[in-house]
Amino acid sequence: MVLALLSDVHANLEALEACLKHARESGATRFAFLGDLVGYGADAGAVVSVVMRHAQEGALVVKGNHDDAIARGAPYMNDAVRESIAWAREQLTPEQRDFLAALPLSRRDGRSIYVHASAANPQRWTYIDSPAAALRSMRAGEAVYTFGGHVHEQVLYAEVEAGAKEHRPVSASAINVASHRRWLALVGSVGQPRDGRPAAGYAIFDEPRARITFYRVPYDHDAAAAKIRNAGLSAALAYRVARGV
Amino acid sequence: MAAALEPLSQGDELDGFVLGELVHSGRMGRVFRVTQRKPGEAIDFPLLMKLPRTGRGSGAEGLLAFETELTVLPLLAGPHVPRFVAAGDLARTPYVVVEWVEGTSLQALLAGGPLALELAVQHAAAVADALHGLHSQGAIHLDLKPDNVIVRASGVAALIDFGMAHHARAPDLHAEESRYAAGSAPYVSPEQVLGIRTDPRSDLFALGVMLYEMSTGKLPFGSPQTLAGLADRLWVDPVPPRARQPSLPQWLQEIILRCLEPQAERRYQSAAHVAFDLRHPEQVPLTERSTKKHRASVPQHLVRWWKSRRAPLAEAPHAPRSLDAPVIMVAVDTMHPDDVRHPAIRQAAARLLAETREYRLILVSVVRGEPVAPAAERRGIHLEHLIRLRHWVAPLGVAAGRLSLHVIESLSPTRSLLDFASANNVDLIVIGAPAGEQPALSWWRSVASGVTANAHCSVHVVRVAES
Repeated sequence: MVLALLSDVHANLEALEACLKHARESGATRFAFLGDLVGYGADAGAVVSVVMRHAQEGALVVKGNHDDAIARGAPYMNDAVRESIAWAREQLTPEQRDFLAALPLSRRDGRSIYVHASAANPQRWTYIDSPAAALRSMRAGEAVYTFGGHVHEQVLYAEVEAGAKEHRPVSASAINVASHRRWLALVGSVGQPRDGRPAAGYAIFDEPRARITFYRVPYDHDAAAAKIRNAGLSAALAYRVARGV
Repeated sequence: MAAALEPLSQGDELDGFVLGELVHSGRMGRVFRVTQRKPGEAIDFPLLMKLPRTGRGSGAEGLLAFETELTVLPLLAGPHVPRFVAAGDLARTPYVVVEWVEGTSLQALLAGGPLALELAVQHAAAVADALHGLHSQGAIHLDLKPDNVIVRASGVAALIDFGMAHHARAPDLHAEESRYAAGSAPYVSPEQVLGIRTDPRSDLFALGVMLYEMSTGKLPFGSPQTLAGLADRLWVDPVPPRARQPSLPQWLQEIILRCLEPQAERRYQSAAHVAFDLRHPEQVPLTERSTKKHRASVPQHLVRWWKSRRAPLAEAPHAPRSLDAPVIMVAVDTMHPDDVRHPAIRQAAARLLAETREYRLILVSVVRGEPVAPAAERRGIHLEHLIRLRHWVAPLGVAAGRLSLHVIESLSPTRSLLDFASANNVDLIVIGAPAGEQPALSWWRSVASGVTANAHCSVHVVRVAES
């Protein structure tokens, strides 16, 4: 089974479609969405409906903090983001809102666990920003493979004797992840990368061959940014999508 | 599979491989020669299987080295590394099958004491070629020592044992402060002692230690047995090789001591540059390193020690990949010095050099050799073209240490340029495109296309617009 791991789509339909196409062409037969389908972007409704369709066909979907904020609000977010959440809430149908509200914080499947932030206390939306944080998530999840997003970066952590080691993957370069040790993969952001490169990020996990490959997929980010501006959302959000910051 | 529980022995079979002679059994694991039960068509070389020690009493260190080799080897290709064939599941039956590299280890070659100068230089250049091959594929060996160098019958060096290696595209599972096996300690670079595992220039330090050993029969830093002994690597100044072996040429001492600079920035920045200098000793720019007679004095050592404590080599901020230190070869047609293409080729070269911080520029002119011409006449022709090359390159203002000029007499310029490029690890050839219908230059027409079609590196073809 070849599994495509997509996180932090953030209502960016252009980026999502580019990644799904790339994943299918790369042999992916199963999909996992690791949260934050909405927020920031201008295509909340279209993105959620694509993901709902995949969920009906067996895709794994977990909840992110932006998805959570649709129902519960998020006082900790800044004005521009709160505004985009409020806008998304209006765009979504009641059925789509229910879908988001019903998403689990984490899913376990075989030797893997899927979670938006940290498997140690998923509801606190902790950022995995150090080997120590990665180690806490890996150990709490008690799985061989922990998959997540939230930090909008692509990072692979391996559990080693002394703790966890961090690896910055190179796009399209397969990495062996043998199952005798624990691994945590942060798969990057489909809809809002933040490393100065606007190309969409996602990963493919080939479990039978114990290999993970991270990808960056170019897409029409100018179109996605224009939609944000046309929707009357913050120009700063459009700028971030266009520049990948 | 019972194989995982019972230790395997000769005659047993694992995943289609039949175990032959047990050639090594040590702390890290066991090594067997193996054959395929059904010989495959693609594999026409001898094989070995490594089995790590697992279970009680075996350190995690051995397994980690095994896992590292398993990660790095499949990412590498070429004659300088054993070919990867197969691997077992690490969680169930860990094993790896790779090419058994036929040849003699440098360790065995060194058993009789220091090598003759020519041989030491030849082997060192072969190791530098191997390192260049490795570094340009994104890998760093980090455990280079005579044990881990196999010289093939062809003279090509292959590096084995990638248990400590680092690859830019794979997770590095080694702890920053890895323990070094006693056999490796003499070769470890200062930055490795500090836990830096991402600097390809660490391998050039180890190469310097081996070259020192090959030419003097001594180790520059002895064989430290403790971590404290290793820390000396940050500041101890080795006895200059010529102080041990006065017959060594100055250029060799220059190369060795440049490899052994404690600050990686002051070493060679590419293995290809080391290989080049070893093969062209007359072009090695000599500095005070070449004439050094004594190691640093006690007070100087105190200063070095103090400095190493205050600024422990800093971090290796942007360890250069080998491609950041390219070898650029420009084919200059000195037979036609007034050709309109010369300024354009020079401008192209200037543009390329402006993009790179650390480069080596080689100018090559191929002149029609007349083997029957008297020696004195040939010397004269050679010198004349060398002067033309020097004149050609003067406007570029290239420092002497980065430049070398070569006049090759040959009746087959295409072959000569290609051979020279591959023998010197050239990354990029700059060559002029043939001009329109100039019968006098038809000779070069075939050269440009022949070089472009057959080069093993990139080729930059410079064309001048015809008016």
